[in-house]
Amino acid sequence: MNKEIKREELLISQLADLLVHDKHVAVGAASPIPGAAALLAKEEAKAKNRRLRVTILHSNKYNNFTDGARELFDCAAQGRIDTFFLGGVQIDAQANINLVGTGEYPKVIKRFPGSFGSALMYFVVPQIILFREEHSPRTLVNKVDFISAPGVSDEKIYRPGGPKYLLTNRALFKFNKDLKKFSLLKLNQNETTEGIEKLTGFKFDVNKRVSVMSDPDISRLKILRNKIAPMVSEFYPEFADRIWGI
Amino acid sequence: MNSFDQLSLKELVNEVSNGSLLGIPADYSGVPMHFTKALIKKGVKNLRLYCLPLTTIQGDMLIGSGCVSEIEAAAVTLGEFGLAPQFSHAIEHNDLVIKDSTCPALHAQLQATEKSVPFMPLRGVIGSDIQKYRKDWQIIKNPMNSSGVKDEPILLLPAVQLDVFVFHAACADRNGNIQIGRRRELATLAHASKKVFVTVEKILNDDFFENELTAATCLPALYIDGISVIKNGAWPCALPGVYPADNKEIKKYSIAAKTKQGFDEYMKYSLS
Repeated sequence: MNKEIKREELLISQLADLLVHDKHVAVGAASPIPGAAALLAKEEAKAKNRRLRVTILHSNKYNNFTDGARELFDCAAQGRIDTFFLGGVQIDAQANINLVGTGEYPKVIKRFPGSFGSALMYFVVPQIILFREEHSPRTLVNKVDFISAPGVSDEKIYRPGGPKYLLTNRALFKFNKDLKKFSLLKLNQNETTEGIEKLTGFKFDVNKRVSVMSDPDISRLKILRNKIAPMVSEFYPEFADRIWGI
Repeated sequence: MNSFDQLSLKELVNEVSNGSLLGIPADYSGVPMHFTKALIKKGVKNLRLYCLPLTTIQGDMLIGSGCVSEIEAAAVTLGEFGLAPQFSHAIEHNDLVIKDSTCPALHAQLQATEKSVPFMPLRGVIGSDIQKYRKDWQIIKNPMNSSGVKDEPILLLPAVQLDVFVFHAACADRNGNIQIGRRRELATLAHASKKVFVTVEKILNDDFFENELTAATCLPALYIDGISVIKNGAWPCALPGVYPADNKEIKKYSIAAKTKQGFDEYMKYSLS
């Protein structure tokens, strides 16, 4: 087995570490890395005799729903989903996310697909993991141009859920709801806290014990490549082909 | 008398008039691509698209062909193949009105029509810019004493009734019932539409209601106004359980549609 670990594999492994306490993880649109991480966590849970359900929205096979596309949102609102992943064209200091476009809405400069289900999921799923591979001042901004879903809400608003982590290809942050602020938790290999500060468009706290992201061990890598990769190719064929050549 | 109306593609296309509010299924629920191309060929104008909750190549093609004046959606995207180029271009150049929404709101607005109530409440969304720009949405304080938290702010969404909804499905039975499998959002769209037309791969000499399994996965004929048989009618999109998406073709489109010239050439070849 090739022991060289791809960047995507490291990110999948990082996300899988955040799912170890979950009973049900759901994965939405355009999310091959979170999808692979959820299936990996499920496989590892099984080995420990623990049940983790995974719902991949864009898969027919790895999908627990029969009541149409609304069931994801109803299920989440009922509190039956522990973790969901959201991304963003921009993510800001207070964990507001923008999936709509840059520039002054509605006259945007660059238009992106749209908010998907973020405006409900962000409120009702206890652990939202923000995932955006590109870590730069244009993606991690002080203030988003459009709020698809707010990071924090007034206490009168019904909100059992919200942001817990932000993972990029350079770092992992934890979001502190009370301080309304991110805190740096882990660095990718070759990254420094100072470097991350330069590449992040907002101010963040630094955890007392910042660590380096550890590579997936051989047993995890084996499961990922031999078992999870073919599963991923069912719903993200382009991605599976690019990373694992299958 | 036949228990349903079988229509030609031409008759089907004529059911969609300029300015109609047209229901659009997501890429996982049976996109009527063959019908869409015929609609473009006819030169329909000022369509208002209501996507449940998103659209891919279908919406992008209609927009690029100048058939659409307004779109209500949670996303317009080519998925793994990137942004929907004609959609993004139209928005960036102010050629298209968008009512930005979020998936559960698009479902709830149709669910209100299913129940024939004037609005539907939804949690979340408050404090987003989606809500800020939607002047047709309202926030009230929860008036209930026994459910939820009294006076909790909650969003109300208006009921939306579609003029016409068209989708593609695997098959109809001899009575005009349509097999939709687990894609129940097709039922929501149908219940909330004044007219519903379906293109199918084939018509079976069966009765879906004779069996619990097929009865539970069909959309009853009472909601359907006409059926056309069109083989490969979702191509290049997938027809769940029948054929996968033709990713090569979608990729080809995604590259061509990046420029006006590329799009025009693609459509010329595609409509011929």
